[in-house]
Amino acid sequence: MISPRYFREIPQRYRLEAGKCKKCGALFFPPRIVCSKCKSKEFETVKLQDEGKILTYTIIRVGPDKFSKETPYAVGIVQLVDGVKLTTQIVDTDLEKIKIGSKVKLVFRKIQDEGKWGLHCYGYKAVLI
Amino acid sequence: MRDVAVIGIGMTKFGELWTMSIRDIFVQAALDAIQDAKVDHIDSMYVGTMSSGLFVGQEHIGAVMADYLGMTPIPTSRVESACASGGVAFRQAYLEVASGHSDFVLAGGVEKMTDGADVTESLATAADQEYEVYQGVTFPGLYAMIANAHMHEYGTTGEQLAHVSVKNHKNGSKNPNAQFRSQVTLEQVMKSTLVADPLRLLDCSPVSDGAACVILCPLEMAKKVTNKPVKVIASAQASDTIALHSRDSFTTLNSVKHAAAKAYKQSSLTPEKIQFAEVHDCFSIAEIVVTEDLGFFEKGKGGAAAETGLTSFEGKIPINTSGGLKSKGHPVGATGIAQIIEVYEQLTNQAGERQIKNAKIGMAQNMGGSGASCLIHILEAV
Repeated sequence: MISPRYFREIPQRYRLEAGKCKKCGALFFPPRIVCSKCKSKEFETVKLQDEGKILTYTIIRVGPDKFSKETPYAVGIVQLVDGVKLTTQIVDTDLEKIKIGSKVKLVFRKIQDEGKWGLHCYGYKAVLI
Repeated sequence: MRDVAVIGIGMTKFGELWTMSIRDIFVQAALDAIQDAKVDHIDSMYVGTMSSGLFVGQEHIGAVMADYLGMTPIPTSRVESACASGGVAFRQAYLEVASGHSDFVLAGGVEKMTDGADVTESLATAADQEYEVYQGVTFPGLYAMIANAHMHEYGTTGEQLAHVSVKNHKNGSKNPNAQFRSQVTLEQVMKSTLVADPLRLLDCSPVSDGAACVILCPLEMAKKVTNKPVKVIASAQASDTIALHSRDSFTTLNSVKHAAAKAYKQSSLTPEKIQFAEVHDCFSIAEIVVTEDLGFFEKGKGGAAAETGLTSFEGKIPINTSGGLKSKGHPVGATGIAQIIEVYEQLTNQAGERQIKNAKIGMAQNMGGSGASCLIHILEAV
């Protein structure tokens, strides 16, 4: 099974590729076609640094069916060193150790299985450092 | 542009309506609204629904409803803006009447959420599928992250969140259409099951079925058909980034601030002039943040306002006299219209046990997703 919806996101999810506006320098993850700051359409591709800190988080205790076997699991909004913010699971830790302000590093992990054939979908998760 | 008035309302009870289909509940609410308005026809209609395709597998819901209401061939459209779909339906109807294009327009909202779909997954489609939901985040999870940020930034407490639920259940106990007419104690809320920390089951609005409809017409015509028209004095809408993580702040909802600024400008009012408001309390933290962003309380003071009773029925500004989404129920597409109905009932002295004395000006604030859409309407008794 080929899932275009998954494959076309690979540069972002596997390699953390962001779009940097050539005109105003704003950084977008995932990349965009139009800069929402200055409306320019010219971008260069940059790879984000994989370290950052937790701005806010929660422990999901009731999840959607697809993730229900993983509960409880932590999800947070992480700000990377470059300034970009993203939503990610926070893993490999006791849930009580997670705090706002904790330093994290993004790692490459399986996120979920998609569709009836169970396509393995990968991406980033955060671990405490 | 013409002045526009609401002249009739109709809604079903909100709750688990097992014996009724999505068509049945919408048609019942629509017929009640038409009868209440005492009109012999409608010129067009808007149906707000968030995810009828996911919840019951039926799209093209505008045509389905016009057909089953016996109203073909009038123009009919389904409008969608997640949980703000009802608000958008109202605004579209308002604009159509104000522009002079139509005289009598029905604005409705409906959702059937208990027919068996994965509700958590369906609701999550209102967030960023590729960069939020992909990671396993849920709607309670997104609002929980707003709550944790608010607690971290302003010292808001779990108990303050719980006060919102206690108040709204108390109000809802007086609403015959509410899903839950039971009151809850602070202790019950604080001990209820965690859904997404710090939000507990009793911080969350329920899964509901229900429909709500109103009829709008030009104010001049309204005066001929009813002696209690309610004038729409502001209709505003704004948007924000779809993903919560893309925002500068997680504790301020820019769509609410922008829509509020427009609504206050249109009506030449300040927040102090709003006597009461129905706000989008899909989660207790939402009510706290929204009451701040509407300008009712200083930023960071929304939790304390709930705790000290400023938003209670007897308080400085009663919030969610209907019981809100928390207690009245939250059939997502119907919510925006049901809020308008509560404001209308208050302004026409029909709110029974929960009637506010001398109610002249009220607001309805309806929100989609984690605040990526916001609709604000201000109504005035004339």
